[in-house]
Amino acid sequence: MCAVLPPALSRVEIMSNSIEIKNLDLNFGSIEVLQNLNLDVGKGEFLVLLGSSGCGKSTLLNCIAGLLDVTAGQIHINNKNVTWAEPSERGIGMVFQSYALYPQMTVEGNLSFGLKNAKLPKAEIADRVKRAADILQIEPLLKRKPAALSGGQRQRVAIGRALVRDVDVFLFDEPLSNLDAKLRADLRVEIKRLHQKLENTMVYVTHDQIEAMTLADRIAIMRGGKIMQLGTPDEIYGLPMNKYVADFIGSPSMNFIDGSIQNGVFTAGDLAISLTGYEFTSGEAVDGGATLGIRPEHVITGELVSHSPYCIDVEVELIEPTGSDKLIDCQVAGHLFRVRMDGQAQVSVGEVLRLGIDPARASLFDAATEVRL
Amino acid sequence: MSSARPSRLFRNKSAKIAAIPMIVTALFVFVGGTVWTIVYSFTKSGLLPRLKWVGLDQYERLWSTRKWLVSIENLAIYGFCTLVLVFVIGFILAALIDQKIRFENTIRTVILYPYALSFVVTGLVWQWILNPEFGVQKIVRSWGWESFQFDPLYTADIAIYGVLIAGLWQGSGLVMVLMLAGLRGIDQDVWKAARIDGIPAWKTYLFIVIPMMRPVFITTLVLVVTGIVKIYDLIVAQTGGGPGIATEVPAKYVYDSMFRANNLGQGFAASTMMLLTVALIVIPWAILEFGGSRNRD
Amino acid sequence: MTKPPPILLDGPQGPKPRRVLSRRNIFLYGTLLVITLYYAMPLYVMIVTSLKGMPEIRMGNIFSPPMEVTFEPWVKAWSQACTGLTCKGLSTGFWNSVKITIPSVILSIIIASLNGYALANWKFKGANVFFTILIFGAFIPYQVMLYPIVIMLREMGLYGSLGGLVLVHTIFGMPILTLLFRNYFSSLPEELFKAARVDGAGFWGIYFRIMVPMSLPIFTVAIILQVTGIWNDFLFGVVYTGPETYPMTVSLNNIVNSTQGVKEYNINMAATIITGLVPLTIYFVSGRLFVRGIAAGAVKG
Repeated sequence: MCAVLPPALSRVEIMSNSIEIKNLDLNFGSIEVLQNLNLDVGKGEFLVLLGSSGCGKSTLLNCIAGLLDVTAGQIHINNKNVTWAEPSERGIGMVFQSYALYPQMTVEGNLSFGLKNAKLPKAEIADRVKRAADILQIEPLLKRKPAALSGGQRQRVAIGRALVRDVDVFLFDEPLSNLDAKLRADLRVEIKRLHQKLENTMVYVTHDQIEAMTLADRIAIMRGGKIMQLGTPDEIYGLPMNKYVADFIGSPSMNFIDGSIQNGVFTAGDLAISLTGYEFTSGEAVDGGATLGIRPEHVITGELVSHSPYCIDVEVELIEPTGSDKLIDCQVAGHLFRVRMDGQAQVSVGEVLRLGIDPARASLFDAATEVRL
Repeated sequence: MSSARPSRLFRNKSAKIAAIPMIVTALFVFVGGTVWTIVYSFTKSGLLPRLKWVGLDQYERLWSTRKWLVSIENLAIYGFCTLVLVFVIGFILAALIDQKIRFENTIRTVILYPYALSFVVTGLVWQWILNPEFGVQKIVRSWGWESFQFDPLYTADIAIYGVLIAGLWQGSGLVMVLMLAGLRGIDQDVWKAARIDGIPAWKTYLFIVIPMMRPVFITTLVLVVTGIVKIYDLIVAQTGGGPGIATEVPAKYVYDSMFRANNLGQGFAASTMMLLTVALIVIPWAILEFGGSRNRD
Repeated sequence: MTKPPPILLDGPQGPKPRRVLSRRNIFLYGTLLVITLYYAMPLYVMIVTSLKGMPEIRMGNIFSPPMEVTFEPWVKAWSQACTGLTCKGLSTGFWNSVKITIPSVILSIIIASLNGYALANWKFKGANVFFTILIFGAFIPYQVMLYPIVIMLREMGLYGSLGGLVLVHTIFGMPILTLLFRNYFSSLPEELFKAARVDGAGFWGIYFRIMVPMSLPIFTVAIILQVTGIWNDFLFGVVYTGPETYPMTVSLNNIVNSTQGVKEYNINMAATIITGLVPLTIYFVSGRLFVRGIAAGAVKG
C-alpha cells in the first residue's frame, strides 16, 4: 500500500512534532483563560504566538514551560508527556521580557546556574558556557554583573542562558519589548540567524506584528484564549480566516464595508461589485449578509485604475504623508475608507480621486459569524 | 518522563513546611488564644483558670469597679487628645519639613529619635523633667514666677496629661514620617496647578492635598489607635498608675488582675473589652480598605 | 556672524531677587528651631543629669550643664544600682537583653522571611487565609493572648526562661515581618523566579541562591526593626521572665521606681540613658533604613 506522498506544502508538514498541545484548558478560579486549545509545533519550526494583551499567549507559553499548572489536557515535548513535569525537566530554555538575569551573579554565573543545578561536571559546564558565549559574542562580558550591561547585552545573556541548556525547544516571552526600536530590529535579525544556525524549535510570544511576520514560519493569532488562525505569515496576511485576524494584521488595518451578496454581486449602498475572480472557501458564491474587506495597499490608484474590474470615485478628506507612502482618508458607501498611495503621488484635500477594487485581492466575511466566505 | 501527578497535599511541599510556623501561630496563638481568653472571661477563674461558668458576672464586676472606670476614662482622654494632637503636630511638622528646607535630615532625625526609645525610657525621662522639685516647675519659679504651678505627675486631676506630653513626644515623629511620605507621594503637578490658579498654600493643603492623602491618614490612624489601646509601659514607668489610681489604663488593669491580684477572670473580661474596642475600629477599616477594593477591580 | 539686536532693558529682567531673611524664612526656620530644641531637650537633660553629682542636682536646675563632670553615676548604674532587694545594677539586665535579642532577631527573621517567600512565590491553597489571620493578629491587644501563652510556655517548660521569651518575640514579630518580606519578595520581578525554576532550582535553591542575595536591604531593615522592638519591650519581659532573667527595660524600671532608699536621680538618668543607648545607636547609625522600617510597618498588604 504505497501511496505517493502529496507534494510538500510547507516544510513543516513533513516533519515530526516537537511540541504537541492537546485539549488544553486553563482556568484561574472561574475565569477560563485557555479553552480547549490544540497546537502542534514541528521540529525546527519557528512559531510565533501573536495577539493583543490578555489574549492568553503568554499564559500558553508559561503552560508549555511548566510555570503554570494546567486545568485539563496534555502537553507533549519531544514525544514525552510533560504535563506534570517540572520546568527544568522539560527540555526547554526560556527567555523573558525583563531578561530576568540574576543580579548578584556574573554573566558566567547566570549562564552556569542551571547547569550547576543539574549537577553537570565542571568541565562540561565550562565548555558549554564558552560555546554559548562564542555564538552570542559575549565572551568579553563573562566576568561582569548584569547591572554593568546594556539592554541589548542583557538580552543576549538571557538568550545564552537558554542556549547553554542544550535543549531542542526555546521559549521566548516578548524578549524584545523592553528594547528601543533600533536595537529591537537588530536583535530580531540576530534571533532569526540563531534559529537558522541552531535549527531548534522556537516558540515566540509577541504583540508586535512586524516581529511576528519577519520571524515566523507559522503564526498563531490568539484571542480570548483561543487560536483564531494558524498559518504562515503569507496565509495570515493574504487569506485571513476571519474578520478579527483580517483586522488585527496589517497597518493601517483593512477597510471593511458591510453589505450583502446576491448572485455573485456584493452590494452596499450604491456600490455593486461583481465578485468574479474571488475564490470562495466553499468553491462557489454564497448569498446573504457579508462584509467586504480590502487592505489600503490593495486599492488600485493612478493609471492602473483603468485596468481594474471595478471603479469608484471618492473625495479626499485627509492626507497623512509618511514619507514612503501617503495615506488617504475618504468615504465609501458610508464607511471610512483608507487608501495607501505612493509617497510621490500628487493629491490634495477635496480633490476627487478614482479608485479601483479587485475582488481577487479582497476578503469576504459572513456578516453574522465573521468567518471568511 | 511523565512524573506521576503528586497528591494535592504534597504539592508545594517545601512551601508548606516553611509556612508551618505561620500556620501554627495564626491558628493556635492568635485564634486559639483569643478564643480561649474570651471563653474563660465567662468563668470564675481566680488564681488558676477554671471552667466554672458564671455568665456575665465578671463583666458586671468589671463595670462596677472604680479602677476600671477610671482606666476607661483615662484611655478615652488620652486617646482622644493623642489622636487629635498627634495628627495636627505630625502633619504640621511634615508640612514644614516639606518646604524644601535646609538641614532637613538633621531636623527629621531629631524629631524621630524618641520613637527609637522604649516607653520605659520615655516615661522615666519625663518623670524627671516634670519632677516638681527639680524640673520645669522649679525652673520657672526660679525665674521669679513664684506661684507657677505645673505638677501633672503629682496632681491627680491632670496626671494623665503629664503622660500625654511624654506620649506625644515619643509618637509624633512617627506620624510626621508617615505624613511626609504621604506628602512626597503626591503628584507635584498639583502644586504647580494650584500656583497657577492662585490658590493659597493653606487652602491647597486643606482642600486638595489632605483629601488626596486619605490612604496615608487611614493607615496612620489604625496604627495610632492600636498603639493607644495597648498603652502600658509608659504608664508603669512614668506614674505607676498614680497618684492613687489617677493614671490607670485598661492594659494595666489586665496585668494587675492577672498577675498581681490573682483574679484571672477579671483580667480576661478586661482584655476581652480591649479586644472589642480594637475590633470596632479595625473591622470597619478592613472592610473599607480591602472589601471595597474587590469591587473596584 | 551677526550680532543679535540689542534688547530694550525695561522692567524686570534676570532672576527675581530673593531675600534670605524673608518673613517666611524667619518664621519657618524659627519654628523649626524651637521644635527641634524641644524634641532634643529630654536627651540633653538625661545626659546632663547623669554627669552631675547629687549635691549639684539638688542645688541647680535640670537644664544647666554639669559644673563638675562625673562618670560615677554611670558606673554605679551599671554595677551597683539597687532594684528593691538586690544591688547588682543594670549589667545583669543588659546581658539578659542581649541573650534575648540576638536569638529572637535571628529566629524571627528566618521564619518570617521564609513565610514571606512562600506567600509571595509559592502560593498554596489556603496560604492567604493564614496570612490574613496573622495580619489581623497584629491588631489584637497583646493582653488578650498573655495568659494563654503563659499556659503554653508552662506546658513546654519554658515559662520564666529566656527561651520562652525568645519564642514569644518570634511569635509577635511574625505578622509585621512576614508582611515586610512578602511585600518585598512580591516586588521582585516574577520572571526572575520563573527563570530560576526553568534553571532547575527548587524552593530552597531559589531562596538561598536568588532571593536572599537580592534582599540584603530588607534583611537589614528587618534586623533594625526587630532589635529596637525587642530591646525596648517591657510587657513580655515582665510577664514571661523572672527576676533572674528580667530584660534591661524591666531592670531599669525596677531600679528607678524602687521605693526603697534615697532617690539618686543622677544614677537613674545614667541607667535610663544606658538602656536607651542600644536603640539610639542603631537609629543614628542606620538613619534612612530605620525610617524605611517603620514606614514598612504602615504599608498595607
